Amino acid sequence: MAGVGRRVRETLPLLPFFTVVLIFLIVPTVTVIVSSVYADGVFSLDRIAALFTGTALTALANSVLLSGATAVLGALLGAVMAWLIVSSPPASMVRRAVLSLCSVLAQFGGVALAFAFLATVGLNGVLTLWVQQAFGWNIAGSGWLYSLSGLILVYTYFQIPLMVIVFIPALEGLRDQWREAAVSLGASTWAYWREVAIPLLTPAFLGSALLLFANAFAAYATAAALVSQGSPILPLLIRASLVSEVVLGQAGFAYALALEMIVVVAVVMLAYNLLVRRSARWLS
Amino acid sequence: MNISRNSAQLLSRVLACAASALLVSGAVACAPPEKDNSGAETSSGVEAAKATSAQDFGGLEGLVEAAKAEGELNVIALPPDWANYGALIKAFSDKYGIKVNSAQPDASSQDEINAANQQKGRSSAPDVFDLGQSVALANTALFAPYKVETFDDIPAAFKDADGIWVNDYGGYMSIGFDSAKVPPVTGVNDLLKPEYQGKVALNGDPTQAGAAFSGVLMVALSQGGSVDDIAPGVEFFRKLKEAGNFLPVDPTPATIESGQTPVVIDWNYTNASETKKLPSWQVVVPPENPVAGYYYQAVNKDAPHPAAARLWQEFLYSDEGQNLFAEGGVRPVRADNMIADGTLAEKVAAAIPVVDGPVTVPTPQQTEAASKYLADNWAAAVG
Repeated sequence: MAGVGRRVRETLPLLPFFTVVLIFLIVPTVTVIVSSVYADGVFSLDRIAALFTGTALTALANSVLLSGATAVLGALLGAVMAWLIVSSPPASMVRRAVLSLCSVLAQFGGVALAFAFLATVGLNGVLTLWVQQAFGWNIAGSGWLYSLSGLILVYTYFQIPLMVIVFIPALEGLRDQWREAAVSLGASTWAYWREVAIPLLTPAFLGSALLLFANAFAAYATAAALVSQGSPILPLLIRASLVSEVVLGQAGFAYALALEMIVVVAVVMLAYNLLVRRSARWLS
Repeated sequence: MNISRNSAQLLSRVLACAASALLVSGAVACAPPEKDNSGAETSSGVEAAKATSAQDFGGLEGLVEAAKAEGELNVIALPPDWANYGALIKAFSDKYGIKVNSAQPDASSQDEINAANQQKGRSSAPDVFDLGQSVALANTALFAPYKVETFDDIPAAFKDADGIWVNDYGGYMSIGFDSAKVPPVTGVNDLLKPEYQGKVALNGDPTQAGAAFSGVLMVALSQGGSVDDIAPGVEFFRKLKEAGNFLPVDPTPATIESGQTPVVIDWNYTNASETKKLPSWQVVVPPENPVAGYYYQAVNKDAPHPAAARLWQEFLYSDEGQNLFAEGGVRPVRADNMIADGTLAEKVAAAIPVVDGPVTVPTPQQTEAASKYLADNWAAAVG
């Protein structure tokens, strides 16, 4: 009995947390799963089947391509930047300034970011018009900014700082003693990186890249502000199904699409957890 | 008001919230309290939520009194710069001392219906709707029939015979352009000229937004199509895209004022409201092929403030409300009769665009057929 009482006492402080998880994670997830197969009192797999038709498959492919491309770009560039930051002394002004900037920019998505790009390199952007006048080049081309290629550029803009933030702890976990030990055993700098640092950092790097993937996969506001024609990616296709004034009665399909996104993100998060567990063994 | 009873109610509400937060229904329990005035009866013994005219309240004064007792009105998806809604809300609020809660001003018509369904039975649910045609006609089961005092003055084509819905205002599809940035637009075909390279925007995706749908219809008419054949419109946008003139940006006041969208196809009243902020913004309704669209006003049958919702209708269709609509550049539904009566202020009557000849207003069946064609072909044309 005393054991039960203690267990209850230990769990009690966690109740608010569990309540939040229940309300904001479990209830919506269950709602999405149920609504995607059950609507108006009828059980049907039609909406799930619709996920395998042209529009939905294209949106899924585009979403994966967008998230994958920006995760790779963001991870590579962000890792290099993180390494440069870690190489500078901990108390340096530049380091602190760059880190603060990264924290801000990692959250600088949405309408403001989309508008900033529109107003700079859009078809009527300031830079576009200036370059056109000065050199006669058309850098906005045929409107690449408003399609998948534009989304890749804009997403990368907030992916790099996010990578810096999540990857710096892993770099800081590399102990100087390891490098000293390697050097004292006759290793060159290149050999140290190849044999020690890179193998140690790989799980953290891949884990961070997966986090970036999930981040881009679920991003909505930036794309919504940038792309007004068609629904090239999943979050926009969900919006179209939910709010269309012209083609009505698609809400069930939106739930099915949301379910598809949950499945993809769940797989990614599972992989992330496995990788983090591997790297945690060394860096703790 | 009995203070001790109120605090007891409050306490029990807090307890109920706390208790149910531990249960599954936490999200619902902590939402605004349940409405408690649906059972309010009017002086003639009819529930406010079932009243079909001011007579059920014993006349307009009874309705005003009942609405004041409710004290609030929830409206949704009414942008302040759209059809002069900002001024309408303020005038209503000042006149009757009723607080107007304006939710999600930029939401779509379908969002209004979603909100009504999701917040059903709560004090935050929308009281009234202002909807595009297809959404309105697909959801008449959610509306409460109500006939305003000026009901007979509204042309039969613009209302449901039982008052389930009534058109409130309409407009024409137009082309707005910044005369400081581009040469003047005189018709749809101008838009293919090289001067408009990367400058022609459409207000939304026609498979999603009603305004964009009407825009494609207007273009279709100018290219020899008809309300039953929207294909030439899609073909025109394909050519526009090929020429590099189509600008796939969703125009907003911000993009227009900053010069990002120098040419915008949208309702004449939305375009006209930009002229106030950007004097070089001009609006053209292509004279040979005008497309009109009317919005649908209705009362939510589960309105948390049923009397205020009905007073809002009386206000919108009164001379005062219709004049305010007209000031926003839209054509109020009673315009013809009011011009004949001289009750529409001359200044605003002159500002409403005059269109000679036949005006195209698609029927629900035509809209449905055209939507289907767009769903299948639009993305391939401009994607």
